[in-house]
Amino acid sequence: MSKVYLPVAPLTGADHPVQAIMAQVVLALVPATAFGLFLFGWPALYLFLTTVLSAVLFEAVCLKLAGKPASLFLLDGSALLTGWLLALSLPPWAPWWIGVTGAGLAIIVGKQIYGGIGQNLFNPAMLARVALLVSFPLEMTTWAQPAPLFSGQAPGLLQALGITFGGAGIDGFASATVIGHAKTELSQGKTLVEAFANGQFGLAGAWLGWIPGSLGETSALLVAVGGVWLLRKRIITWHIPVSLLATVAALATVFHLIDGDRYLGPLWHLGAGGVMLAAFFIATDYVTSPGSPKGQLIFGAGCGLLIFVIRTWGGFPEGVGFAVLLMNALTPVIDYYVRPRIYGRDYKGKPLKLPEGKE
Amino acid sequence: MSESLSRIAKEGLWSNNIVFSQSIALCPLLAVTGTTTNGLGMGLATTAVLMVCNLLISYGRLLIPSEIRIPVFVALIAMVVTLVDMLMNAWLHELHKVLGLFIPLIVTNCAILGRAEAYASRKPPVYALFDGLMMGLGFTLALVVLGAAREVSGSGTLFANASLLLGQGFAWLETTLIPEYRGFLLMALPPGGFLMLGFILAGKRLLDKRLARRPLRNAAIEQPLAENV
Repeated sequence: MSKVYLPVAPLTGADHPVQAIMAQVVLALVPATAFGLFLFGWPALYLFLTTVLSAVLFEAVCLKLAGKPASLFLLDGSALLTGWLLALSLPPWAPWWIGVTGAGLAIIVGKQIYGGIGQNLFNPAMLARVALLVSFPLEMTTWAQPAPLFSGQAPGLLQALGITFGGAGIDGFASATVIGHAKTELSQGKTLVEAFANGQFGLAGAWLGWIPGSLGETSALLVAVGGVWLLRKRIITWHIPVSLLATVAALATVFHLIDGDRYLGPLWHLGAGGVMLAAFFIATDYVTSPGSPKGQLIFGAGCGLLIFVIRTWGGFPEGVGFAVLLMNALTPVIDYYVRPRIYGRDYKGKPLKLPEGKE
Repeated sequence: MSESLSRIAKEGLWSNNIVFSQSIALCPLLAVTGTTTNGLGMGLATTAVLMVCNLLISYGRLLIPSEIRIPVFVALIAMVVTLVDMLMNAWLHELHKVLGLFIPLIVTNCAILGRAEAYASRKPPVYALFDGLMMGLGFTLALVVLGAAREVSGSGTLFANASLLLGQGFAWLETTLIPEYRGFLLMALPPGGFLMLGFILAGKRLLDKRLARRPLRNAAIEQPLAENV
């Protein structure tokens, strides 16, 4: 690949070409993904591979149709990352066509229609996830109990093929996620204490990941580890993750203190579901989040607020996808109102006064 | 004369199609194309309105003062739509029950006012009537294509409830293309309408591009020959 040289003066070359950024993000996702794949066994692996491969394939087809250099854009790894993130947000034992349809929605509708990398308004993976959730509510909310590889209850290689590709039902394994469980029980008039009395869900399990859920929402801890690594590598800045997590935590604390029987505590909110993944990997997408640090703080806080509101009072148990998409839609507005100060000028664009005696 | 008529037909059905080229009348288009049958019914009703309106306006084009032509057109269109609504309610009651909500909305269809202003008010009645027919059929084509695309992808059927619209004789139209289809709900919902319309518009442009390129290629081959001579 030839290196692009910028011809104009005030621009500077960055150390992070797209490919390197994508590679590091993918690397940061590896621990959580590997743990998820181990936890849910072969069907999860099949679905994961199907989703990622079809995302890359759709990208190649779109690039070909648009007459763009396919190898250049394919090798930047953005389609791989989109497919990866989407796979992490799917129920691990979902049938193969969920992955293929989702990858198609993400790449074609979510990204290439807008003009490819850097042009899309919405996060492609979340767009696909929400479209799938709206279209196939049954498949998208059927969660498998953890059945780690090589353990007794894990399906074998062939049985797993049946689950992913053959449409073999997983009724026997159907389960609920933590927040889904809490929501169902609450709607039946039970308190949270009663809902968690049977010990099926433990707080430690939610953080470590020994719970039903999508690949990316099981182990909040491993996702957070990857995220912190990205922060250290300066791939992402702290603004969005911190404001998002802090908003969710603050709201959860306040409401939990008001009525602990009805509102989950902050540790639950942060540990369960896709909040960690969204905070570090999804909301921080460069393309669909504001550019200025102040704008990013607003963006993250907005995501956190929406996540809490949808989880607590909304019709769906998990609101991460919707929250991120809604804030994506607000990103241009945020970018319009929150502009960074131009060098040598104040926030209104007027030139700064020169210090005395330095005319 | 026949050449001009064929041009009108070509424009109405394809090259100047209300939806595919002018991109107007999208509101009723997106509202009723959840199923093919609804699209067909709406398209035919709109065609009827378009024809009558075009005819009336063409006859009256010399009487209507140009300063107030738009209000007059609107009043005429409203009258025709009301008539169609009442006539359908009286004689095609079953059909009216299915499409009842959308028939009054034909008034707001900008394609009708557009044709009145752009064509019927400048041309003799025969042409105006034919233009109304062709534009209407072009609109019906768009509604049916979009309705079919959304119905097939959304629920795997085609022309569901066609017998309600067209009578028992057309029950054979109702087909299930994909048995045991899970239903891609998004396509039946409003976002599906926008998505599918976008894909269809893109497809039409692609087709037009291909068609336009073909004679060019032939010309390129012929040119060197001419030079040799």
